[in-house]
Amino acid sequence: MSIDTATAARVAKLARIKVEEDELPALAEEFNAILGFIEQLGELDVDDVEPMTSVTPMRLPRRVDEITDGNQQDKVLANAPDAREGFFAVPKVVE
Amino acid sequence: MSDLNKLTIADARDALRKGDVTSVELTEACLGAIDAADALGAFVHKTPEIAMERAAAADVRIKAGDAPDMCGVPVGIKDLFCTEGVDSQAASRILEGFKPEYESTVSGKLKDAGAVMLGKLNMDEFAMGSSNETSVYGNAVNPWRAGNSDAALTPGGSSGGSASAVAADLCMAATGTDTGGSIRQPAAFTGIVGLKPTYGRCSRWGIVAFASSLDQAGPMTKTVRDAAIMGRAMMGHDAKDSTSADLAVPDFEAMLTGNIKGKVIGIPKEYRMDGMPEEIEKLWSDGAEMLKDAGAELRDISLPHTKYALPAYYVVAPAEASSNLARYDGVRFGHRASLAQGDGITEMYEKTRAEGFGAEVKRRVMIGTYVLSAGFYDAYYNRARKVRALIKKDFEDVFATGIDSILTPATPSAAFELGKEVSDPVEMYLNDVFTVTVNLAGLPGVAVPTGVDKTGLPLGLQLIGRPWEEGDLLNTAYALESAAGFVAKPAKWW
Repeated sequence: MSIDTATAARVAKLARIKVEEDELPALAEEFNAILGFIEQLGELDVDDVEPMTSVTPMRLPRRVDEITDGNQQDKVLANAPDAREGFFAVPKVVE
Repeated sequence: MSDLNKLTIADARDALRKGDVTSVELTEACLGAIDAADALGAFVHKTPEIAMERAAAADVRIKAGDAPDMCGVPVGIKDLFCTEGVDSQAASRILEGFKPEYESTVSGKLKDAGAVMLGKLNMDEFAMGSSNETSVYGNAVNPWRAGNSDAALTPGGSSGGSASAVAADLCMAATGTDTGGSIRQPAAFTGIVGLKPTYGRCSRWGIVAFASSLDQAGPMTKTVRDAAIMGRAMMGHDAKDSTSADLAVPDFEAMLTGNIKGKVIGIPKEYRMDGMPEEIEKLWSDGAEMLKDAGAELRDISLPHTKYALPAYYVVAPAEASSNLARYDGVRFGHRASLAQGDGITEMYEKTRAEGFGAEVKRRVMIGTYVLSAGFYDAYYNRARKVRALIKKDFEDVFATGIDSILTPATPSAAFELGKEVSDPVEMYLNDVFTVTVNLAGLPGVAVPTGVDKTGLPLGLQLIGRPWEEGDLLNTAYALESAAGFVAKPAKWW
């Protein structure tokens, strides 16, 4: 499987990371080197193997559905790059 | 007492109990050593006021009696741990200025036990790296040098600052985290002990997430005894981490008898790699002989899927990272790019993440995005999870035959020069070839220094244990440590 610059651009878009046009060929090359390394996994027959979903076989613990926390608006917003009037502020989302 | 910063946790604890020394004195000695060691790049956020305050409080508590073992002991905290009111940025630009409003469970447990935080330690950005060269703070440097060379060596990674600080006696011990070898490889590169506990032993809550099914915190210390003491203080059930194990944490130190008679040590043939340096080969066979002399039985074992561990890891870890790092969007915390006229929210995300993440982090986030994307999920991600199941089964099979622990080299080489491997990502990934299987299987592993190479650089061996049996594992490590008698220290040049 070989990754071209168009695929590299699509992946960067999906990951929401801006990559300049002239950086795409080098990025595609890096992807190919890493994916080439990963390709070895294809040597194994894994048809009858269940994919691992939990490191320790366990049922995730559950708790009562009740409010245990809250009233921390100041703390929640304390590290925001832009917070106004008790909200996170972002550029216009809808025209 | 002189050179108080050079004490082990156990010696400091005993001296504090006897009243021979105060935590304030220990802390001042460490702060002095830290200020004289900026060339190591280990401490990236120093917290002397917090340290002195906690030291004074620890002295009061010790005097009152019944203080926990870690009370008054000065430690460093990896930058990956959120520490309340103190910069916690995972060595990334994207978390510049982030001061958490909360304390991670593990650093909080150490704090509650009276441990004294000296500051935050350097690391690879988001713990992605094996040489501490992807840090926004610049490199951490190994206090060890090869022979008469003055070339700067890597302390390993990702917990490079932790390793450098402990090896250079800037602190008595440090926290580390290990996703593919990030505690054990730097420990081996710097001649210290590094324990990665069983997955689920230490709460992940408040530790900046890299790959959640692999990440595990652990102690980095000068001795196995110290790893037992500090490890116990870091572990324990936490309802805030859904994969935290609800199991009692035993007194590991009390289990350090050094008696390993009748224990069965597995020697996996797949870890004998082509092109492995002779020194590593010899270190390994010497270590095996030491355990045999101490009364253990050696048994050749096979872990047939070992060679697929690294490629599986480089699917699973980036996949989880791409999901975990989606939260860095420039909205709730950390860096936000300045925007051009007309830029909308998508441009904000894309520019913020392009500016905020370094090259290796971007690479892994994008690889993760690719292997999870429609059309490739089965071919890559699901296949890697199946291979992971096979790797875990390899270990289960050998443990079922009565193996107590497994002895392997910790790293394929001694510490290498900074700048030497940074250009080839895949070459860099091979650093974790002996450690990464342990994360995939969720097992406990410990790196113990057992020798030096021909240039005098430390080399370490790894012991891998059964799940939840850190006590038995540490006891075997203790026997190995005692037999190896590794006492070398780096000559001070910084």
